[in-house]
Amino acid sequence: MPDSMTNQRRRRIVLGIGNSERGDDAAGRAVVRLLRGTLPHDVELVEQDGEATALVAHLEGAAAAFVVDACAAGASPGTVQRFDVRNSALPHAAFGLSTHGFGLAEAIELARALGQLPPRCVVYAIEGISFEAGAPLSPAVAAAVAAVAARLRTEVTSNEVAGEQLHA
Amino acid sequence: MAHKTIKVDYLTRVEGEGALKVVVRDGAVESAELKIFEPPRFFEALLRGRAYSEAPDITARICGICPVAYQMSAVHAIENALGVSVTGPLRDLRRLIYCGEWIESHTLHIYMLHAPDFLGYEGAIEMARDHPDIVRRGLALKKAGNAIMSLLGGREIHPINVRVGGFYRAPQRRELQPLADQLAWARDAALETVRWVASFDFPDRERGYEFVALCHDREYPFNEGRIVSSNGLNIGPAQYDDYFEETQIDRSTALHAHIRGGGPYLVGPLARYSLNFDRLSPLAQAAARDAGLGTTCLNPYRSIVVRAVEVLYACDEALRLIDAYEEPEQPAVAVQPRAGIGYGATEAPRGLLYHRYRLEADGTIAEARIVPPTSQNQPSIEEDLRRFIGGWLDLPDEALRHRCEQTVRNHDPCISCATHFLRLEVDRAR
Repeated sequence: MPDSMTNQRRRRIVLGIGNSERGDDAAGRAVVRLLRGTLPHDVELVEQDGEATALVAHLEGAAAAFVVDACAAGASPGTVQRFDVRNSALPHAAFGLSTHGFGLAEAIELARALGQLPPRCVVYAIEGISFEAGAPLSPAVAAAVAAVAARLRTEVTSNEVAGEQLHA
Repeated sequence: MAHKTIKVDYLTRVEGEGALKVVVRDGAVESAELKIFEPPRFFEALLRGRAYSEAPDITARICGICPVAYQMSAVHAIENALGVSVTGPLRDLRRLIYCGEWIESHTLHIYMLHAPDFLGYEGAIEMARDHPDIVRRGLALKKAGNAIMSLLGGREIHPINVRVGGFYRAPQRRELQPLADQLAWARDAALETVRWVASFDFPDRERGYEFVALCHDREYPFNEGRIVSSNGLNIGPAQYDDYFEETQIDRSTALHAHIRGGGPYLVGPLARYSLNFDRLSPLAQAAARDAGLGTTCLNPYRSIVVRAVEVLYACDEALRLIDAYEEPEQPAVAVQPRAGIGYGATEAPRGLLYHRYRLEADGTIAEARIVPPTSQNQPSIEEDLRRFIGGWLDLPDEALRHRCEQTVRNHDPCISCATHFLRLEVDRAR
């Protein structure tokens, strides 16, 4: 099986998931865009549409993975939730926005079943309100995007495990 | 048990949002309805007023699983309207990118969506816990398809490098070499996949389908060919509308397709394989025979084996194309807009995908028509349920519901394309 084994022990990745053309669904990608040029050069910054098998491929071999996605969990817009998925599964209901029924929650469980979940694996979920085609980020979500980016600048380069919830 | 209804309110492991309702009366299946409640997306209307050159990028957005198919049917139809023909290395590159899509789409369906049905798992995650090496093989195989899409399409999903007349940029020979190394591994993995799925237990069910697929003189079809049926139809894409029609059904946001004056027909792997077995590469033919397939396949539960054979063929064909590749002088042939109507049909992973465009003199799209494979297969899927489920009515509800879902998944319906898919409703009316 072809596989890049380089620097696997140290590999760090930030994955921003979403559709940049669907309003607040772009929140994860927007975080990655804010992080460009602000993190050590060896941290991989990836934007992705959320297809599960591609996500599993990105997680494979990483020492630390930080995933940012929009969610619709019924909280107020811009609410940020942080999940340490090493310890428990993501709540499926909040991440049901994948178009093909096989999204982030499934990708994480598939990686776990395959023994490929990175030793550090954290998901940030930003509550969205508008998912209209062609819409920009709503103001509350744009503020949350900036807050998550600021938080990740610290977290990605530290070994600390941060608290469980913050609000933008 | 005089009357029962099997309902699946939300079908899983299919692409999109739909539901299923099977009504049983006096021990026989009275009706089987596939409901598609994904909202329609109006792509055909969206295309009106746009430039012909935008069609590949707009139609690629119809599906995240099979964007290449939409792009290919679009460019072929528009080139047909503009009197352009794409040959040589550019034509080969189109076959190559289509190989990538078949590998990616079929592997996803085989490993993640369909195999769990045969091995008794709820889904791929549960299967992965017991068979991690097999699932890893599937993921790596799919990755080989993604690699082709990334290189030729510019990115894995919704490729941006395809244009009317060819490509924005054609790869250099040396860029294809790493792909060849990955595909050589993938071809072995595909062969193992055929052997693995051939070992499953298949329900003994067959149906005399009217198969419809492209047929080409020399090639297993991707981009080009006559539209041929197992009942003797043989037409060019320009005659599609004369022989096929779509009708609106209340329960579905996707149209139902029929042959005019005829019944349901089937497009997709079973049809392609059964109408084109002799065009498969020797390796794929041998693997199919070893897997117990004949030269036609009428058992839809074995479609997983046919898909695996097509993945093997796509790896084999991709390697052949890469080996023979010579860099084109230009990445695209010159195209001049003119008024006209163009027709295109190509073989999406799920089957025949027909596009028709009417262009204004300046190349503006005046009218677009898109008939995706799942719309065409919807009546056939319902007919499968009506014919096959009767023998399983003594099963407990849960097992029966599972059989119904499996029967739908045989055809890998892409409800997002046809419009998104599945809920099950079993009414036994006790």
